[in-house]
Amino acid sequence: MTASSFSEEISPAASEPRLPGAWRTGLARGRLEVAAFFRERQTVVFVFALPAVLLVLLGSIFGHQKLSYGITVGQLFTAGMIAGGIGSTSFQNLGLSIAAERERGTLKRLRGTPMSPAAYFIGKIVLVFVCTVAEVLVLVAVGMAFYHLRLPESAAQWWTLAWVFTLGTVACSLLGIAISSLSRSATNSFPVIGLPFIVLQFISGVYVPFNNVPRWLQEVASLFPLKWMSQGLRSAFLPARAAVLEPAHSWQHGETALVLLVWVAAGLVLCLTTFRWQKNQDG
Amino acid sequence: MPPSGRCVAGHEASSLDVMSDESVIQVRGLRKRYGTTTAIDGIDLDVARGEVFALLGPNGAGKTTTVEILEGYRRRDSGTASVLGEDPAEASRNRPWRARIGIVLQLTTEPELTVAEMIRQFAGYYPRPRDPGEVIELVGLAGLEGRRAHQLSGGQQRRLDVALGIVGRPEVLFLDEPTTGFDPEARRQFWDLIRRLAEDGSTILLTTHYLEEAEALADRVAVLAAGQLVALGEPATLGGRAASDAQVSWDTPDGRRTVSTTEPARVVVELAAQYGDLPGLTVTRPSLEDVYLQLIGASR
Repeated sequence: MTASSFSEEISPAASEPRLPGAWRTGLARGRLEVAAFFRERQTVVFVFALPAVLLVLLGSIFGHQKLSYGITVGQLFTAGMIAGGIGSTSFQNLGLSIAAERERGTLKRLRGTPMSPAAYFIGKIVLVFVCTVAEVLVLVAVGMAFYHLRLPESAAQWWTLAWVFTLGTVACSLLGIAISSLSRSATNSFPVIGLPFIVLQFISGVYVPFNNVPRWLQEVASLFPLKWMSQGLRSAFLPARAAVLEPAHSWQHGETALVLLVWVAAGLVLCLTTFRWQKNQDG
Repeated sequence: MPPSGRCVAGHEASSLDVMSDESVIQVRGLRKRYGTTTAIDGIDLDVARGEVFALLGPNGAGKTTTVEILEGYRRRDSGTASVLGEDPAEASRNRPWRARIGIVLQLTTEPELTVAEMIRQFAGYYPRPRDPGEVIELVGLAGLEGRRAHQLSGGQQRRLDVALGIVGRPEVLFLDEPTTGFDPEARRQFWDLIRRLAEDGSTILLTTHYLEEAEALADRVAVLAAGQLVALGEPATLGGRAASDAQVSWDTPDGRRTVSTTEPARVVVELAAQYGDLPGLTVTRPSLEDVYLQLIGASR
């Protein structure tokens, strides 16, 4: 559709036809990215459905244990799993898909056209945004249906949800794009991308309540965005008094924003310096 | 007729403007090494507008490296290269140039997208694309518009590859071993497609290790071996084939005898007059294959 409407727009008499702009082609790519994502069963299951399945499993096993102040483990899990879900549809999804696209030559082929490089990344932004919003909606629905999750109660909590979601998604997406370059082939993309992500989910309060994580692993987790995302989302979905359950006995919003912004900056620098369009970049 | 036998040394940037009218691709002293291996060892080429030009050679001869340098995918170590008057090494910053060349890669790059989605997508990257429906028709994928790329047969996927390469209405089209793995029937259909594109006026540079493909399609053939250009010309006269001596052979009681001659008919008449019967008589000229094998063997 995009193509035909485009060709009508250019008159054949135009002596210097302009190259299609990055936004138009990028949004068209985004539509195809989303379509391709949901057509591929393997990624839908692994990237999109797995967090919800794990939430149901973990929630069924541990979810009804009560913590102090009437908070249940299920609520804790849901908030953490939303962070894990954001990581899955941004970091993991982009890491695996771009590694596969580099391997298959998708990037090489696109690079051989006059497509603006920005259009490729706009397409990925659309993909990540659509998948991540859908993922969060699914997880919130599961949490509300089974684990007494309640929506944010105040404007402040909605604001927290908004900025943690945005900074977390952007940081994870940039890191996903960056880490895709470390994967030398599609077959080693799981050890390079999936494995560290699973480890981080265990130590960052996604699969296991953060309080149950040994101190030294908490400190390791604090170096990465996921711990801060999951903590920030707990502050958005749990009552304010639940802050005492945090190791710091506070939601640490300032630190959260700072760490996420540092990772956004680091991720951007990594992307700009390491992104390769071809499998074997030839200097 | 395509230009040939140009002066090689001593003119680089200064001559490009003059040449660009007729010479769409121009290569001088092209060199490329990978570590200690020399992939291309000083190649000169000129491809004229509208010409179908084949780079022929065995695997490892440097064909793909040469084409990838011209496509802007690879950097050269030394020498000059110009495609449509631009340096392909600057390709990443030259989108208008990208819009004028087409690259046929043999890749299934977005397996979940349909034929129509892929072709429309790529049409959207170019300023003056061909109509996607016409391209589908032209490459013979009509009726398969809604099929996903990974569900296409190998031959159909290669047609999609061509569609993506030509949808931008390129002035120069690059094809790297486009028919490798085709059965003879599919190869002939593919050749027809290439001929149709050539009739439209596209300049086509293709690589192949199939001799008959170069002979069937190309106006001119360059034979590459071990990174060097060992022959250049029209298929019929390649390597002095037309002018070379014929071999007249026959069996004698002492074994087989062979005479090399430029006048085989006269030799046969004389031999017949002398010996009467000539058992096992053959008259042969070197086939294109003989010439080719000799050319690539000589430099190995």
